[in-house]
Amino acid sequence: MSEGSQTAKLKKTVLHATHVESNAKMVPFGGWDMPVQYADGIIAEVKMVRNSAGMFDVSHMGRLEFEGSGAEEFLGTILSANLPILKIGRSKYNFICNASGGIIDDAMVYRIGDEKFLLVINAGNTDVDIDWINPRLRGRSDFTMSGVTNDTAMVAVQGPKAVEIVDDLTGNTASRIRRFCIGDAEVNGIPSTLARTGYTGEDGFEIVVSADHGVELWTVLKQAGVVECGLGARDVLRLEAGLPLHGNDLSTDTNPFEAGFGRFAYFEAPGCISGFALKQLSTQEQSRALIGFKMTGRGIPRAGLNILKIGLSGADASNVIGTVTSGTHSPTVDGGIGMGYVEQKFSATGTQIVIDVRGRLIEAKVVEMPFYKRG
Amino acid sequence: MYPEDLKYSKEHEWVRMNGNIAEVGVTVFARESLGDVVYVDLPEAGADIGQFAKFGEIESVKAVSDLFSPVGGKIVEVNPEASDRPEVVNEEPHGSGWLIRVELSDMAQLDELMDAATYEATLE
Repeated sequence: MSEGSQTAKLKKTVLHATHVESNAKMVPFGGWDMPVQYADGIIAEVKMVRNSAGMFDVSHMGRLEFEGSGAEEFLGTILSANLPILKIGRSKYNFICNASGGIIDDAMVYRIGDEKFLLVINAGNTDVDIDWINPRLRGRSDFTMSGVTNDTAMVAVQGPKAVEIVDDLTGNTASRIRRFCIGDAEVNGIPSTLARTGYTGEDGFEIVVSADHGVELWTVLKQAGVVECGLGARDVLRLEAGLPLHGNDLSTDTNPFEAGFGRFAYFEAPGCISGFALKQLSTQEQSRALIGFKMTGRGIPRAGLNILKIGLSGADASNVIGTVTSGTHSPTVDGGIGMGYVEQKFSATGTQIVIDVRGRLIEAKVVEMPFYKRG
Repeated sequence: MYPEDLKYSKEHEWVRMNGNIAEVGVTVFARESLGDVVYVDLPEAGADIGQFAKFGEIESVKAVSDLFSPVGGKIVEVNPEASDRPEVVNEEPHGSGWLIRVELSDMAQLDELMDAATYEATLE
């Protein structure tokens, strides 16, 4: 509530008034005033997504379109994706890395035309990413970059019933879009672009419509039985699914290989800014690793807490082997789960570790991610 | 929403007096600010606590908050259900979701707490 004085400066998505009408609790996130939860709370929302279908306003996420003969080559210099092999209608998770291989942002790139790409980036990093890209646009007349964040609304519909519900609303065309693909359809008559991607570990779509259709799309989905969910549930769902959050688990101080996402770090594109560094890093033993862990004692891990060696009675700084980068109570796993970086030798699955929960030393165990996998 | 027989602190805790024993819990406002309570860390019975001192932690899915005792004295009882089944704090924060019972060292401490109407006015 102390953030109240700052709300005037926060940006609002076209769905803002709709969230407020639905009694959402609004919080600042990445420069936007966003719903963290609705009346039933985070746990109920997580359960709806795991068991039925929930939707999230993700209009705050940055959306950039690149179009022209030089778009593919240019994006190859910025992203860690092998774009020449990316077919029309396909997507790829990737990183925007600096010349040292540090992660400026993680992104989804979609090829939506022969010479046209959609890049979806994190809300809080949008300005940073654009500042990174802009100086490199100088002298380039073979493609255009356009920010479409404010011209469009984006809604993620996720859960075991999501595809069926959206399919019904599109005259059975949505289900033809396969996993990680993107295509156009009309959702109850609304011209839409549907990406069969998400950030929850469930099947579903991320639907982009023109900004003036945002409220109508939300209303149509709600009437079809999709439950409104906030960023609080989204954070739990992505963590349960073992998906990293930039700013927590990824940053310019981490590289894709220590984060365990080397398979999304393609470095051979001609002129790739991070190419040299990523190639070097790919051959090196990493000194630390991003792990997933489950609390075996009672306690909830939170970002910033220290990870210690097992078998110690006190929270001595010399026993610190790493730091928690994300943590929560998982309603699906029913317990505390988290991610964090530890020294490589403590990263093997099954390793017993200790989380220093504000002075309480609670045992945990390194586990394989994801914590939850859909059946 | 805020029972008149309780006294309230600005930290959003309440006390219910029974003789010189104060039952302590968190208010509906605290619960709604936190969201679903999933973990409560409480001290052992027998410990002494100062007025407005930290006595534990309460966590929701999203956040952790310190618990401050509106009264000082000796903790004579801890609600085992609050630790074992934290949902009880969500369900009945002013009732069976109580957290600790404190034997008051000085009844005058109650003068520093608010009645229901005053507390509610601070929430506007």
